[in-house]
Amino acid sequence: MTTKLFGERVQRREDARLITGQGRFLDDLGANALAAAFVRSPHAHARIRDVDVSAALDVEGLVAIYTWEDLPGLLAEPLPLLIPHPALTHGRTGHALARDIVRHVGEPVVMVVAADRYVAEDACSLIEVDYEILKPVVGVEEAAEAVNLVHADVPGNVGAHLVQEVPSPDGLSAREAIEAAPHTLAFRLDIERSASMPLEGKGVYARWDADDQSLRVYSSTQTSTSVRMAVAAKLGLPLPKVEVIAPDVGGGFGVKIVHPWPEEILVPWAARLLDREVKWTEDRREHFISSAHERAQVHHVRVGFDDDGRVLGLDVNILHDHGAYTPYGIIVPIITSTQLVGPYKIGAYRVEFSSIYTNTVQVTPYRGAGRPQGVFCMERTMDRIAAHLGRDRTEVRAANFIQPGEFPYDQGMTFQDGRPLIYDSGDYPESLRMLKELIGWDSFPAMKAEAAAEGRAIGIGVGCYVEGTGVGPYEGGHVQITSDGRVHVSTGLTSQGQGHETVFAQIAATELGVPIEKVSVVTGDTRRFGYAVGTFASRAAVMSGNAIALACRKVRDKALKVAADALEADPRDLEITDGVVHVAGTPSASIPLATVAVLSNPLRYAFDKETQRATQFAGPQDDDRPPVADGEEPGMEGKDYYSPVRSTFASGMHAAIVETDPLTAEIKILRYVVVHDCGKLINPMIVEGQIHGGVGQGVGGALYEKMVYDEHGQLLNASFMDFLMPYATEVPRIETAHLETPSPLNPLGVKGAGEAGVIPVSAVIAAAIEDAEGITIDRMPISPSDLYSLRAETRLRKIQ
Amino acid sequence: MSERTGEHRHAVTLTVNGVLREATVPARRLLSDCLRHDLGLTGTHVGCEHGVCGACTVLLDGEPVRSCLTFAVTVDGHEITTVEGLAEGGELSPVQRAFSECHGLQCGFCTPGFLCTVTAFLRDNRTPTDEEVLEAVSGNLCRCTGYQNIIKAVHRAAEIQAEESG
Repeated sequence: MTTKLFGERVQRREDARLITGQGRFLDDLGANALAAAFVRSPHAHARIRDVDVSAALDVEGLVAIYTWEDLPGLLAEPLPLLIPHPALTHGRTGHALARDIVRHVGEPVVMVVAADRYVAEDACSLIEVDYEILKPVVGVEEAAEAVNLVHADVPGNVGAHLVQEVPSPDGLSAREAIEAAPHTLAFRLDIERSASMPLEGKGVYARWDADDQSLRVYSSTQTSTSVRMAVAAKLGLPLPKVEVIAPDVGGGFGVKIVHPWPEEILVPWAARLLDREVKWTEDRREHFISSAHERAQVHHVRVGFDDDGRVLGLDVNILHDHGAYTPYGIIVPIITSTQLVGPYKIGAYRVEFSSIYTNTVQVTPYRGAGRPQGVFCMERTMDRIAAHLGRDRTEVRAANFIQPGEFPYDQGMTFQDGRPLIYDSGDYPESLRMLKELIGWDSFPAMKAEAAAEGRAIGIGVGCYVEGTGVGPYEGGHVQITSDGRVHVSTGLTSQGQGHETVFAQIAATELGVPIEKVSVVTGDTRRFGYAVGTFASRAAVMSGNAIALACRKVRDKALKVAADALEADPRDLEITDGVVHVAGTPSASIPLATVAVLSNPLRYAFDKETQRATQFAGPQDDDRPPVADGEEPGMEGKDYYSPVRSTFASGMHAAIVETDPLTAEIKILRYVVVHDCGKLINPMIVEGQIHGGVGQGVGGALYEKMVYDEHGQLLNASFMDFLMPYATEVPRIETAHLETPSPLNPLGVKGAGEAGVIPVSAVIAAAIEDAEGITIDRMPISPSDLYSLRAETRLRKIQ
Repeated sequence: MSERTGEHRHAVTLTVNGVLREATVPARRLLSDCLRHDLGLTGTHVGCEHGVCGACTVLLDGEPVRSCLTFAVTVDGHEITTVEGLAEGGELSPVQRAFSECHGLQCGFCTPGFLCTVTAFLRDNRTPTDEEVLEAVSGNLCRCTGYQNIIKAVHRAAEIQAEESG
């Protein structure tokens, strides 16, 4: 077939507009909209005694000021808790505008609407909020001590507590297995807070149509369908009267999956109330202090193992800091708990976490979503076992791997989607073999010795992970071929740079046998597709990719049936090539899909050439058959959904060589190698791009990024000047290799790839630094000054 | 926008992408906002508004500047090139083509800043070394690509430029 595009490095179809300044991001819309701005709490924990807006009322250009007391009905109620869980016994969410108490710096208190953003901020600065300052709770361990409470009705600051236990095959609990093991180790591991930090912040723009009594909302979101349902519910509007569109979105990485953000319901509400277009564009400081963070966890690990390094028992206790509220439930610590075991067969496993409130920005998934922490635990554990036994680190890992013949492999736990944690496929020994070869694992000791002879310290590290991708419950695809031969594809989930317009077009072009130029793809527009879940959890290619493929197959079947009638052929003898249906082996017996599309609709006003042409194919009329028979529909279109029984599990292994400066403790990554298995590749160029970006963020998390809160709950580094994200100078060149273990769970055999790159980076870099320095690394990120201090402490210990 | 706020306004005349444009703006209007909201050229993006991310980079009399750290009134009478002005006569510039060809962009939000920065860089240095390329793009943040394909794109753009001028 000339039109096979699946698996090819097809150039992105998004680029044309994005490289010419013709993209349409949120703030590019609504040129005449009023601007919203917010007065946000400057305190981490305080009671609002009074809001005095009088000074702001004289600002020319001011349109409206709203506080919590102005909010009607459901708008005044707490924001929804999206993902409840039986273990989340004390879930709490904030209000769209703070009611009585503020619980983190940045919580919205007052909304101002004005002629433009400058004036809106002028008015904000004149509004006086009188606060009674309460004792802030900062730091997860301090919070767990519960000297002060974040929520007066949440004892111990504990939102959730969950224990999962998987006994060994011979029935031992993890603790029993550890006690009985020949070797045991216990240690603590820490990961700091970071954040998604897309280059475009959030934003909402709403237009109320008073004549039509309908609302159109644009939001820089990862889920337009759910924002739509939230807006309709909160504003008491019929769902069909609300449409939500995700325009071009400047990165998401998790933070934009949370919904509804306060602004996503307040801005549409104000637009309707004022009957004016209203827009809010988040600025960078707002994004730091009022969106979401992730990663901060403290882990206490106990492990028992045999002489070969096989893990007989593993017991992990996690303290998870979820900030002031839990709108997204406890997904992050659940993912850490379940994905921690990675590609390994752990004898017996026990994991316990407490999810703790603090007076800081709420925590919701950021690319990787708890996995970087879990992988840090498991991989540091593997390295410690190897060090204890004096064995090669890759040997210890290999001794624990699930073998290719053991799939499907049941890890005996419940995954984030509430389904059993059963790995569908993988080949971990082969991944490791490829990785070792690529990085030159076996020749590294010689390289290290050579470097040492020159007075240089270099080290190598390795990290393995398994990532559950493509979580359900479903996504759908709609495909329509119009009488001009064009193929219109839509799916409800959104795009933030993943190249969906390209990969979904590749799938549709391949399935339908049409040139890709004929295919256009729309994502995240509820006018085109109303039911969807969203773009997160490395799920878009798996979920919507398969849904679109299934929808295309429906349309293809219909097209072949209609064409078969017209050509008086058997549908099974027909093929579609370059948009033309023809009898296999007889190219002259053919009919273009455009004509087939016309024939599929009994109403044939001759508006275009194809419609006129179609009349020559119209068969004789059957007077006893209705023009649209039972089970048929007019038009060449089809819709289908893909809903998997459970997630599909991608995997990968990374290795790095680092050099540490003996004097300055500067850490330089000399090489970074990735072996990645996401099943069948739809577009290798795009997959590699995803991996590069993930590793880039991983390097940020390993060496630079942390949210620094002081004891008052003030975020001290809420700017790009102080929160250090990597520039080109900080990210090494990434060498990639692909292994393709198809997923048996879905028609395309694909697995997700979006988060992969970021997951093991902290584990890998920590291992490499440890190898270079001979100093135990147990917390990340690590800066040169951290390493410098560690060296000093180690020297001191040796002297003592 | 500003006409509704009653602020004292100043007339500025800018040559943007070769076209004489006039705007009447308050003294505090950032060049980025003036381009985006007064002149409707929304291709220039704002990522931090404190001069770190580089998304708002435009060419001021040919040199890259952060338009979020520049007041519109201070560039009265000057020439500005934005991402909308990089394609000449409807034909994409070598830099634009190279970014697409090398998958040097994902979400595309930071891209206009990179394109402007690299355009000026390759005008002044037509045969850059690896180190010079890295230095040239090291003032712009990208959260999507990990930079590898951006660096590749800069080299490719230099190559296209050389092919087409040779």
